[in-house]
Amino acid sequence: MTRISVTVDGTKYEDDVEPRLLLVHYLRDRLGLTGTPVGCDTSNCGACTVDLDGATAKSCSVLAVQADGSEVTTVQGLAVNGEWHPLQKAFHERHALQCGYCTPGMIMAARGLLRENPAPSADDVRHALEGNLCRCTGYQNIVRAVLDAAGATEPSAQEVAP
Amino acid sequence: MSERTGEREVGRSRPRKEDARLVTGQTTWTDNIGVTGLLHLAILRSPMAHARIERVDVTPALERPGVVAAFTGRDFAELASLPCAWPVTEDIVLPGHPAVAVDEVRYAGDPVAVVVARDRYTAADALEAVEVDYEPLPPVLDLEAALANDASLVHADKGTNRCFVWPLATGERYETVRERADVVLRRRYHQQRLIPNAMEPRSVVVTPLATSGEYTVYSATQIPHVLRVMLAMVTGVPEHKLRVVAPDVGGGFGSKLQVYGEEVIALDLARRLGRPVKWTESRSEGYLATHHGRGQIQDIEVAATREGRLLGLKVDLLADMGAYLMLVTPGIPILGAFMYPAIYKMDAYDFTCTGVFTTRTPTDAYRGAGRPEATYAIERIMDELAVEVGLDPVELRRRNWIGHEEFPYTSISGLTYDSGNYEAATDKALALFGYDELRAEQAKRNESGDSVRLGIGVSTYTEMCGLAPSRVLRDLRYAAGGWEAASIRMLPTGKVEVVTGTSPHGQGHETCWSQIAADVLGVPFEDVEVVHGDTRSAPQGMDTYGSRSLVVGGAAVHHAAEKVVDKARKVAAHLLEADERDLEFTDGVFSVKGSPEERRTIQEVAFETFSSHDLPDGMEPTINAEHLLDPENFSYPHGTHLCAVEIDTETGRTSIRSYVCVDDVGKVINPVIVEGQVHGGLAQGIAQALYEEAVYDDEGNLVSGTMADYLVPGAPDLPEFTTDRTETPATSNPLGVKGVGEAGTIASTPAVVNAIVDALRPLGVHDVRMPCSPGRVWEALRSAQSDRSGWEGAERS
Repeated sequence: MTRISVTVDGTKYEDDVEPRLLLVHYLRDRLGLTGTPVGCDTSNCGACTVDLDGATAKSCSVLAVQADGSEVTTVQGLAVNGEWHPLQKAFHERHALQCGYCTPGMIMAARGLLRENPAPSADDVRHALEGNLCRCTGYQNIVRAVLDAAGATEPSAQEVAP
Repeated sequence: MSERTGEREVGRSRPRKEDARLVTGQTTWTDNIGVTGLLHLAILRSPMAHARIERVDVTPALERPGVVAAFTGRDFAELASLPCAWPVTEDIVLPGHPAVAVDEVRYAGDPVAVVVARDRYTAADALEAVEVDYEPLPPVLDLEAALANDASLVHADKGTNRCFVWPLATGERYETVRERADVVLRRRYHQQRLIPNAMEPRSVVVTPLATSGEYTVYSATQIPHVLRVMLAMVTGVPEHKLRVVAPDVGGGFGSKLQVYGEEVIALDLARRLGRPVKWTESRSEGYLATHHGRGQIQDIEVAATREGRLLGLKVDLLADMGAYLMLVTPGIPILGAFMYPAIYKMDAYDFTCTGVFTTRTPTDAYRGAGRPEATYAIERIMDELAVEVGLDPVELRRRNWIGHEEFPYTSISGLTYDSGNYEAATDKALALFGYDELRAEQAKRNESGDSVRLGIGVSTYTEMCGLAPSRVLRDLRYAAGGWEAASIRMLPTGKVEVVTGTSPHGQGHETCWSQIAADVLGVPFEDVEVVHGDTRSAPQGMDTYGSRSLVVGGAAVHHAAEKVVDKARKVAAHLLEADERDLEFTDGVFSVKGSPEERRTIQEVAFETFSSHDLPDGMEPTINAEHLLDPENFSYPHGTHLCAVEIDTETGRTSIRSYVCVDDVGKVINPVIVEGQVHGGLAQGIAQALYEEAVYDDEGNLVSGTMADYLVPGAPDLPEFTTDRTETPATSNPLGVKGVGEAGTIASTPAVVNAIVDALRPLGVHDVRMPCSPGRVWEALRSAQSDRSGWEGAERS
């Protein structure tokens, strides 16, 4: 067992974990943060994508011990005071999800893209999301949603708080 | 009390009610469920396609810390066989299917032992300690060789790999019309096996209430109601002690239309151990253990006049059942049997399907289920026929399709197509696509010898949706019915619960059923809650598959809502001291004709009914209503899909330049949801054409055994689609809807392959086997070049 300290969605946790425990299982099984799902075992599908210290990461490909000292943001940490992130709104408004299983990872990966490229083309979006698989939508509405969200401002606690 | 005015809900692109919990990560997938004392199952699977089990010893696994129990196939001897509900012929060979293999494994992935441990890592580790000795047996992989007299047998005790032979011959004798034909074309097409790949892996959690012998089964399933019945029959747990819940389910595409061994095992072990248990498949495990789709060899022959008029159609199908018959395995190619004649008129149809056992993962429903296979074969050979008789492929189809004035039309296979307008859909598609301009560009580029070839592919289709009239199912020897249930509960405060027997897993029923009920009841969309997927709260249903939910389940909601209005009208008339016949009902308000101030809202009526202080004499104190709908006919969506591809002849790489589809799915409840269904269907159909195949090696190992090896397309692999609709209402249901779940998948595969072949035909290529990877296209080109007669070489590639 190894002692780790991780901040997830703004809450700090300290836990003893097996060195082999995957970050996604730590999130799901230890912290109960089941908003981040598992879709494969080969890091192809991207359903488990989270933000790890400002970069997108597939949490099935990171050990919990590697996240020691890190800050993790999951889809459950995006809304601020109940206000959805622009990507969450855009996915809803553009019907960019059907079963919704890939959606948390898709939104987190798109958020990573928009941070690096705030005004992407449709092609940029498709290529940025190539590590995230969706079986329902054919991607067209996901691309539309990400383009819609581009340029919209992320809510921040300062802006929204009274 | 809120009232409604103005815009109707049906036909509006309402953003979905379902989304809030999904975009925020607040939803409940089965694997999210954790309860105190939960034990985890792991399943040891055969690494061999076919072998005798000489010995299984689980005791070394039991010695591992944290392992609670371990079992072999013999420990499940008291369970009945896993069910097959569709024995398509009287003399079908129906082998027993144990949830865990006992003496013999019959596909790579067949379960041989189960370990139960305190957490998922411990359970998975302990599998390594289980000792199994296998005596290899010959794998059975080739569908034709499997039928030879000296073939090795998948089920030795059955004496044959031939599962069934199912014939259908209608109209004139095919041989007779063949004699008067000017043109006879025969082709062989291969429907590769596909892996459905719902994004949510399968998962099941069973919680026992030991004192009362009750069990709650949470499963990532499309069919909680069917599953409840089947689990009761297989395990002997009385049906009334079983509650099955399908929480949010992350896609199915047919793969969760199943009663799986893991569901049976989980229930049985929760019973035996008195503890809650969970099993969740890994993706790679699912590739072996979750059923596959397609897997057919299609020999198809058309007889036609030299003007291109179809006279007859003959289809000989070999269908890969895999190692066992699962819930509807044999029925899948039979659903297709009715669709080969498609939208065309002809005088004779002769179909035979032979089901064949192989030592591979069982096949069963995958999006479209028999209908994409049929559409592929007929639409491919129609293109070949167009070339043979020197017609444009659209013109050939025009000469053969059923005219819009001919509906209702009984197809040669015996289906009554109630409505349709193939001309309108095709004309719209051609205009959107710019068909003539693209043909002109193609001619120019072919002349110039451009190494990047332009190809144009056409596919029309119809399908049978809205499964299904129960009497038809009886005639097809399917064990269950095809009805659907809906009930509507008017709550005292005027809010509404719609209880449906459909079980959505991405389709948006909560939104669409709300729209339907809101319109009939005249209540706000927001005031409707749709209850589904739990046999305790939604006790009756036949679940979701086969583009049936809206056509049967949505229509049932409509009927139930009308019954509520009828009952409410009696109460309103009583309260208003008016005759029922003098009441109008608009936007949720009953008013007396000529005295609009004399009114009661339906919400007020709901409260008055709740208090029951002043109801008509003899009236039950409820305006709630239920409706069970058994459809009178299938519904028949149709459409025309057009695809333009560019193929680099030097690399074999295909890129889709444009894709246009015009689908006629009848009336539409929520256009944006319909568009989404079409997009997703197109993606899966295009994936079959270009990318996906479950590949087995000569030993029967699944080579494409992980998501890294099986090419589920990503966003860069698919084009932007242009979708549009025509609207010919279905006549068999009050909503006029036809279903849209499978349309895109059915039409897109032949549209893409027809485009590829169209691009390469001037170079001597007449077929490319799916998936049309760059390697396959390049090989086809090479064979065509090295063989002046061209297409025969390509056919062998």
